Amino acid sequence: MPRLWRLALPREPKGHTYPEPGVATSSTDPDLDAIRSGDEAEFEAIINRYHGPLMRLAMAQVGDEGLAEDVVQETWLTCLRTLDRFEGRSSLKTWIFGILMNVARGKRRKESRILPFASLFARFETDSRQTTVDPSRFGSDGLWTTPPDSWTNLPESRLINKEVLDHVKAAIAALPEKLREVVILRDVAGLQTDEVCQLLHISSANQRVRLHRGRAAVRAKLEEYMR
Amino acid sequence: MRCREVVELMTDYLEGTLSSADRVRFEEHLAGCDGCRAYLEQMRRTRQVLGRLSDERVPEPVKAELLRAFKSWKTR
Repeated sequence: MPRLWRLALPREPKGHTYPEPGVATSSTDPDLDAIRSGDEAEFEAIINRYHGPLMRLAMAQVGDEGLAEDVVQETWLTCLRTLDRFEGRSSLKTWIFGILMNVARGKRRKESRILPFASLFARFETDSRQTTVDPSRFGSDGLWTTPPDSWTNLPESRLINKEVLDHVKAAIAALPEKLREVVILRDVAGLQTDEVCQLLHISSANQRVRLHRGRAAVRAKLEEYMR
Repeated sequence: MRCREVVELMTDYLEGTLSSADRVRFEEHLAGCDGCRAYLEQMRRTRQVLGRLSDERVPEPVKAELLRAFKSWKTR
């Protein structure tokens, strides 16, 4: 058992792991320029825009809504405190998410929370040989016997409404941590593949496996709900 | 390619990381398979729904606190 624990524990950062300061260049990042200009309305727009993805990721890390709100707030305060050191080697977005990961890790240590049980099995959950669709839906010839419904004519309002979104939130929460992080960063936060790899210190192949398994699991829940 | 294998390649397909040979086989299968086309559509819509989770409002007290911090940061 102790061996399994060690395997499942997330790599601890050596010192701070914020993206390294880079060569100072004039910014091409509108969000960064907006914050530096001191425009309050712009800052408010940015915190609104990032709030959903930051909350989802914080929830994934600390598993409690109140605690997650604290993490997001502390993330922004840390951003403001260290903004002078940000020189744009990564995108501002990646940098902010990196800070959130560190804040959340610290919070988790402080709360001496044990890892979610699912994390123990994270290694198996990212095994690319595992299938993502219930095998009983295929015949012995590998063709669909219970194919999915076509959603082509499904009106957007049937998918984008509060009930469905709440359901999807729950589906994300139920994912193993390693899949959840990637799904949130890619699909909720809209980060690029290389940004996610950089943040999580994983290869693009590994990122893809996690994304595939995570997305497929959310799809399955959504399909179940839409039936 | 069988449906059972095709569904496991959906993300590679959407990410554009299939080899050109696999991509051709994948698309050939898709052209003749309603089930796999429906599955791909569901994966796309799932991604779309996930993207909508980002529309979440900042609670007022948090926003007020952050704006306060921003003001004092500006005048530091």
